[in-house]
Amino acid sequence: MSTTVKEVQIGDVGAQAASHSESAHMSLNVGPSHPTTHGVLRLLMELDGDLITRCEPVLGYLHRGDEKIAENMTYNQFVPYTDRLDYLAPLANNVAYAITVENLAGLKLPERCEAIRVLVCEMARISSHLLGMGVFGMDAGAWTPFMYTFTEREKLYTLFEELTGARFTTSYTRIGGVARDLPDGWLPKVEKFVNELPKAIDEVEKLLTRNRIFLDRTEGIGTISKEDAIAYGLTGPNLRASGVDLDLRKDKPYSGYEKYEFDVPIGSKGDCYDRYLVRIEEVRQSILIVKQVIASMPGGLWYAEDAKKIFAPPKEKIMTSMEELIQNFMIVTEGPQIPPGETYFEAENPKGALGFYLVSKGGGVPYRLKIRAPSFCNLSILEKLVPGHMLSDITVILGSLDFVMGECDR
Amino acid sequence: MIDDDFVKSLLNGRDYLSFKHHEDCLTINCLPESLVDFTKHLRDEETFDLLVDLTAVDHGDGAEKRFSVVLHFYSLVHKSYLRIHVLCPDNEAPCIPSVSSVFPAANWHERETFDMFGINFLDHPNLKRILMWDDYPYFPLRKEFPLAGIEVPLPAADVAEVTGADVDPAPMMGGPFVASGNSRMSEAEPRAKDESWTEKSEKPL
Repeated sequence: MSTTVKEVQIGDVGAQAASHSESAHMSLNVGPSHPTTHGVLRLLMELDGDLITRCEPVLGYLHRGDEKIAENMTYNQFVPYTDRLDYLAPLANNVAYAITVENLAGLKLPERCEAIRVLVCEMARISSHLLGMGVFGMDAGAWTPFMYTFTEREKLYTLFEELTGARFTTSYTRIGGVARDLPDGWLPKVEKFVNELPKAIDEVEKLLTRNRIFLDRTEGIGTISKEDAIAYGLTGPNLRASGVDLDLRKDKPYSGYEKYEFDVPIGSKGDCYDRYLVRIEEVRQSILIVKQVIASMPGGLWYAEDAKKIFAPPKEKIMTSMEELIQNFMIVTEGPQIPPGETYFEAENPKGALGFYLVSKGGGVPYRLKIRAPSFCNLSILEKLVPGHMLSDITVILGSLDFVMGECDR
Repeated sequence: MIDDDFVKSLLNGRDYLSFKHHEDCLTINCLPESLVDFTKHLRDEETFDLLVDLTAVDHGDGAEKRFSVVLHFYSLVHKSYLRIHVLCPDNEAPCIPSVSSVFPAANWHERETFDMFGINFLDHPNLKRILMWDDYPYFPLRKEFPLAGIEVPLPAADVAEVTGADVDPAPMMGGPFVASGNSRMSEAEPRAKDESWTEKSEKPL
């Protein structure tokens, strides 16, 4: 029996097709609904092989017109809308908004109220960074750290629920105070949580910080120089990772931050790895602040007593006293009366500096409220940052910037 | 230190500037034609190198100059903010020079301001809408724009043609639930397909 052997050549079909194609570049669309984009960000990219040569972010998929809505409701009514900006740290958003309006109204808050606000702001920072770090690990291919950080975040959410009645959209802060005093026995629970948290952070660090794969994927990737970071208006951990020492809690202390001792971690290279390290250290510093607040929690009222036309009086008084009833009625129907003027306030939120520019012409409704969203500014650098990287770096770069589209699109 | 001497030296010899107030932060008016030069000076000489915010305020139809653009700067050295007000010269086609060549951060802020107020920024590298879609015909943050919005055709004309509606088709359109009648989906209530019976007229056996 004879066999005939015939030689055939298959070759690389893909390469053949590519050689016939006239353009060397490929257009690629990522998002708007894609796990990498952490929400509804869309990236239009141009690729040369695996190398990205152009990147154009497309925003607006979560635009709800918050600024227009703000012009059409009273100051108090807008508090829940601020929850939905950076929905991973609603407690901190409420505080930033409330302080803006209080600055214009010239309100001075009692110490206890300020301490409570610092406490919830730092807890929000821990919660936001825990998620940010876990998801960042996941973006780089490490799934396990996410389970650790999410477990801890869940404990925080239980504490939030006990304090505010809601896990996610808390609306805890009011203009002129906070919604209610701390519940009995709540502070010891927070203390127990922050005492146990460093152990969990250590475990996450053991999984990530010296992990060879994680280092390979993040070191030297997405490097933002100091000059670029400032030029593009980056704030928060992303700016500090590039070596710029700007933390509004230190530089322009608000709500009594000057009373607490903490360090501001600064990165040296400004790459994805530095941004991760800065967040890890910020969590540790936040734990220190929380402990100091608990140790020095002052007594007294949790709302400003002179905020008569702004902060609703206690419920039992509304039910029994004529004056308080009228006062409450006026606040609900006409809104808190804020003097005319303009003010700009920025708070150091987990994602960066959340700013509110408020223009009032008197009365209970803002004339113009501009929300300066840190995620919006942090993302504007993508056009410059991404080209020159490989396609697989996109997930890591986006994860390291730790943005929230709810805040970016408003 | 942002004190009276600083303000004096800043305003000295610059007749395009005028002092506005110094309540929460130093606020000055600037004429649009000198804005780019002045922001360059702020960045290079006065250490106000972080443009934190750029937005606009609509003063309403009755105002002599309707739109003003507001810029906020932060100085890492002074640890202080500075605000610039720029009144747009034309009410019908407001237009000021873009500062995005000096501050790359202004790029997106100016696009947003254009998107929301219809203010043109001269020499902007890529002035198109950022939050709304490209064909959107209105400027939503202008005072005359209603809160409820104005219905506009979908950007995807083919979808609108098939559905005859100005809204997206429901994910299960034609599925177990259908919109009754030929009216618009946004007005018609969805009903189960085989719903010929109600509580009053029972399902036939």
